[in-house]
Amino acid sequence: MEHQIILSRIHFAFTIMFHYIFPQLTMGLALLIVVLKTVGVTRDDQRYNRAARFWARIFAVNFVMGVVTGIPMEFQFGTNWARFSHLTGGILGQPVTMEGVFSFFMESAFLGLFLFGEQRMTKWQHWGTSVAVFIGSWLSGYFIIMADAWMQHPVAYSITADGQFSPTSFWGLLLNHWGLLEYMHTMSGAVITGSVVMAGLGAFYILSDKHQEAARVFVHVGVIAGLIATLFQVFPSGDAQGRYVAQHQPPTVAAMEGLFQTQKGAPMVVIGQPNPEHLTIQNPIAFKGVLSFLVYGNFSAAVKGLDAYPRSDWPDNIPLVFFSYHIMVGLGTIMMGVMLLSAFLLWKQRLFDCRWALWLLLLCVPFPYIANTAGWVTAETGRQPWIVYGLMRTSEGYSTMVSTGDTWFTLLGFMGLYGLLSILFLFLVQEIIRQGPEAPASAATVAPVSSPG
Amino acid sequence: MPTVWFILVGFMIAAYVVLDGFDIGVGILHIVLGHTDIERRMLLRAIGPLWDGNEVWIIAGGGTLFLAFPLLYASSFSGFYMPLMVLLWLLVGRGVSVAFRTHINSSVWTNFFDVAFSLSSAGLAAFYGAAFANVLRGVPLNSQHFFFEPLWTNFMPGAHPGILDWFTVIAAGVALVALSMHGAIFVALKTSGTMQVRARNAAMLLWGAVVFLAASEILATVLIRPMLKTNYLTHPGWFAVPSGVGVTLLLVLYFLAAGKDRAALYTSAAFLVLMIAGAAIALYPAVLPSSGNPQYSLTIYNAQASPASLRLALYWWLPGMAVAIAYFVFIYRMFRGKSAVYLP
Repeated sequence: MEHQIILSRIHFAFTIMFHYIFPQLTMGLALLIVVLKTVGVTRDDQRYNRAARFWARIFAVNFVMGVVTGIPMEFQFGTNWARFSHLTGGILGQPVTMEGVFSFFMESAFLGLFLFGEQRMTKWQHWGTSVAVFIGSWLSGYFIIMADAWMQHPVAYSITADGQFSPTSFWGLLLNHWGLLEYMHTMSGAVITGSVVMAGLGAFYILSDKHQEAARVFVHVGVIAGLIATLFQVFPSGDAQGRYVAQHQPPTVAAMEGLFQTQKGAPMVVIGQPNPEHLTIQNPIAFKGVLSFLVYGNFSAAVKGLDAYPRSDWPDNIPLVFFSYHIMVGLGTIMMGVMLLSAFLLWKQRLFDCRWALWLLLLCVPFPYIANTAGWVTAETGRQPWIVYGLMRTSEGYSTMVSTGDTWFTLLGFMGLYGLLSILFLFLVQEIIRQGPEAPASAATVAPVSSPG
Repeated sequence: MPTVWFILVGFMIAAYVVLDGFDIGVGILHIVLGHTDIERRMLLRAIGPLWDGNEVWIIAGGGTLFLAFPLLYASSFSGFYMPLMVLLWLLVGRGVSVAFRTHINSSVWTNFFDVAFSLSSAGLAAFYGAAFANVLRGVPLNSQHFFFEPLWTNFMPGAHPGILDWFTVIAAGVALVALSMHGAIFVALKTSGTMQVRARNAAMLLWGAVVFLAASEILATVLIRPMLKTNYLTHPGWFAVPSGVGVTLLLVLYFLAAGKDRAALYTSAAFLVLMIAGAAIALYPAVLPSSGNPQYSLTIYNAQASPASLRLALYWWLPGMAVAIAYFVFIYRMFRGKSAVYLP
């Protein structure tokens, strides 16, 4: 039984982590493409229109990957988490279905027009389709975050006689305060991915002395958007969310910070290894009182450690929560530093000649992916041992009818299939990057469309 | 209230089968009808702007099932675990095949995705048919309304059936030929010249197979699940629906022979909808019958979400779907007519 719980968790974790590689880029790029289109259309600047077309090609390939790896997610609630689905369907089914009804239909309708319809529309109509794609993808993020937020912080529910959760308020569910904070943080994280990738590819082109004109647009837009998003991610977004988690899931914050003992003037551990057997942090580099300040605005306030809660309510993997949180914060800080520096050089008009700064931008490209993934690992392993916080334990949620052999079989199947997909995807992206932003939309690069009647 | 949601879920399934059905059908016939690269591009252009919207119906439909009948969603998805996972892999492979195929000019690359596209489409059609038949035949539900079915046991629809037995294999065949026919008619509508003639001939050939297999399946259903006749015998007016199946099927052949492709596509869609409606009427109020103790069957009453969930969902679901349908009308009008013969 214990084995099946962990296996089902790994099954879901693997498929969703692979899935989220793609939406974080497409949601970020959707916004940046609107920015590029807006500049291109209002100033009639062809550099920006060309840039928008190029990023639409990258967007399209990532979008397809996001769609095909997203479909399994909706089914996996039922396949591997049947008891959880049975009891929560009346509530979680609402935002999950809203995503399909309100955003996927819209996205699928406008994406085709946006990608293949530029010649058939006025420039403002085409701009409008890019806005519709942006709204569709950001709405889709909203509904999914609201579903996750309910699992993190259940609100507006009652429990029926047979144990099912039932909604008591539509707006209560859709405006869950936890979800609003989580949404800001997630979307800002997606914008960071979009802008770091855009700036990084621009830096790559400049460093390899190719497509200079387009590359400067990429770096310019990427650095400005990246600066705004990385700053926003820390304050107000990260700060507000951290406090809210501290208020409503205190054991989670204690695990994130590696705080085993309740204490006044609680330290913030920058580096260290939690030892859950001896309840200590090894090799700590810590700043006393900083955690108290972050949570309560007072350096000597008492912060509750894990010892204040029964062991059965501790997250089951404290080192994983601790490390993923620290990786997220650490990489976020590095990206913020690089963006501050690049923005300063851009302002001084020295960035495009400053090779080491361009190298930094290029080397940052993997960081937002790792940081976003680590943030989700923090949130979802930090919520443990609950599948619905405080109401339903993860051990009560998995499908008892499915054997470990079946779960292994399909987990390995997903690994093989996604491994193959990764190779094909990277090959295609590499080809788009090699052709570069000046490539005409040739027969080889345009997806099939039929002509209007 | 649960009856309303029974109809709405049925509507989602029917819309999905009719819409994604034609692009799945085109996919099955992709390597059969398309002999050259240009012809295959032509086929892909016909479904290019439509297939991905069509696929949203299964996502929205799955969500609606999760929302309205959580116990049915939980029980059937975990019980049909193995075939569902295979279905997911097929959906992934198929989506990638369509989207990636045209991006690189290399016959190795395109041939790989052409075959992957056809095989995954055929697999999907067969899966849907078999899944449908599993619901009609019933599954070994326990007292908690859960079950687990292996992919196959002894291929007999007895008390311990597998996903595949002779009954569900026939149904897989029905879906395979019916969706192929539906796709061939769509190709005939969207093309002209040689391809149109080829597609019409394929559709007529497939028509014969649809008649034979669908008739066998309906007969087999009555034989192995006689209780499915109950609703019809108590309300004989419903016999209009299965009669409609026969009528629409005859009309498909008539319109094909007359070269009226649009009418043929509509009647083929009506045929698919009536097949689903006929099964839904036979099952109601059950949604997943038990193959053993009838007490364990899942019905709209024991599988439904709380009344508050169902009431609340209706407020946003109906206007939301109205808007979604408006998008569809808009897109289909935008891309109506023949798809261009040659891609420059």
